[in-house]
Amino acid sequence: MPDPTFLFAQSLSGLTAAMFLFLIASGLSLIFGVLGVLNFAHGSFYMLGAYVAYQLVQVLGRDPAAFWWAALGAACAIAVLGGLVERLLLRHLYAKDVLYQLLFTYALILVLSDAAKVVWGTGQLSIARPPELAGATRVLGTLVPHYELFVLLLGPAIALGFWLLLHRTRAGRFVRAAALDREMLGALGVNVSRLYTSVFVLGSFLAGLGGALIAPAKAIVPGMDVEIIVEAFIVVVIGGLGSFWGTFLGAVIYGQVLSFGILIFPRFSIFSVFALMAVVLILRPWGLLGRPLKT
Amino acid sequence: MSAAGPVLEVRDVHTAYGLSRVLFGVSLEVRAGECVCLLGRNGVGKTTTIRSIMGLTPPSAGRVVWKGTDITGWPPHRVARAGIGFVPEDRRIFADLTVWENLDVAVRAARAGGGGFSIERVFDLFPKLAELTARQGGFLSGGEQQMLTIARTLMGNPELLLLDEPSEGLAPLVVDHLREQVARLRREGLTILLAEQNVEFSLELADRVYVLEKGAIRFSGPAGRLRDDEALRHELLAL
Repeated sequence: MPDPTFLFAQSLSGLTAAMFLFLIASGLSLIFGVLGVLNFAHGSFYMLGAYVAYQLVQVLGRDPAAFWWAALGAACAIAVLGGLVERLLLRHLYAKDVLYQLLFTYALILVLSDAAKVVWGTGQLSIARPPELAGATRVLGTLVPHYELFVLLLGPAIALGFWLLLHRTRAGRFVRAAALDREMLGALGVNVSRLYTSVFVLGSFLAGLGGALIAPAKAIVPGMDVEIIVEAFIVVVIGGLGSFWGTFLGAVIYGQVLSFGILIFPRFSIFSVFALMAVVLILRPWGLLGRPLKT
Repeated sequence: MSAAGPVLEVRDVHTAYGLSRVLFGVSLEVRAGECVCLLGRNGVGKTTTIRSIMGLTPPSAGRVVWKGTDITGWPPHRVARAGIGFVPEDRRIFADLTVWENLDVAVRAARAGGGGFSIERVFDLFPKLAELTARQGGFLSGGEQQMLTIARTLMGNPELLLLDEPSEGLAPLVVDHLREQVARLRREGLTILLAEQNVEFSLELADRVYVLEKGAIRFSGPAGRLRDDEALRHELLAL
């Protein structure tokens, strides 16, 4: 029996990873649920969020709140970028075969990743933790960085806020109705094409925010875009694509399986996650909390 | 526009789904306060006519004119905002949304000439819905869903209601109830274009009738003529 303190530390680090994944996967899942588009470039938005946050921290320099401004600024910048991509490019592909959308968002990964290399190079970049969260506290015998605690609280807060937005506001009702029957919603007088842009902007904002917030915890490197998109896909496949709580559950399960899988197969930790995804796909192809596609 | 002039004019509309052509020059008119019925069997183009008016399947030729404005090719949300309410044939309730939420997404501010509908007034019209506000749309019976789909469209305060086969698949008793509600809407001044296969249902409601066959108008005239002339009814509708 391993040391309980160690188990606690492992599960805490798994949870932290899960909260970041939730930020990314929830936007991916929302965009798919409403627009029906699998946005491969969602991971690129996340990566750019990290780079833009890095840049803004450099610019803001000694401002004590530099990190927070940078994170907010990066999320907004990526939201604008997402809006432009949807308005100017993606919307011309809705009427076409799904394959065109996949090719387009895949092409976007390549373009954005090269663009990032041109601007920021191929080396590792990093951002310091904000000074107010630089310390650490001992929790049940484990030293937990304050920044990690902040992320652990922020994840559920964003999940709750997101849920309230979808279920307690009129805009949220439009979004849920559009996911079910966009043509009917349009015939009731709702401008669905504007709604699509808003949803894409919101999803991009979350991706940018996730990238900015992970920067103090992990190095910013080229390739983080593809790494996260694979992980986010596994999360939504496990949880159920388009299902809100499914995404949250999927992220939590992913985090735990990954952090404990490392103990069992130290060199193949990602294997345990893929195995889990395969089992879910065999038993419940629509994911744990998803619903079978209507035929 | 004179008071007696048509509010809706469909002029020589041709509509196709991809390569399959459905409408071959349909023309019709609806005057303010009228209930006009589009009769015809399955597949003659009733739904397509309604979808063409609404902009859901834009016509490839011909014009749709609403209160003197050419609305051909407008996106459906603009057509809806201009005062045309669409009640689809297959109801299309948002299944995961509650009854109240289904109504709420369709709310539009009342417009001059609109019915001035509010949730209270809609509940007065369909009292059953008032008891079900918190229920998810997907858990309603067929009749309840039909009421909800009409109520939902009324929340947009339309001046013209496009009702596509409202009686389809409903029990006779429910159809009777529905007819009373539609008759009441008419008395309250709503203009209605009804597409139906149910001849009895529509002849009791309609002032005028168009009979569609193979994507074109075969007959048009007052509903009374079809009501009284069984031979004509038989000839046109093979009933």
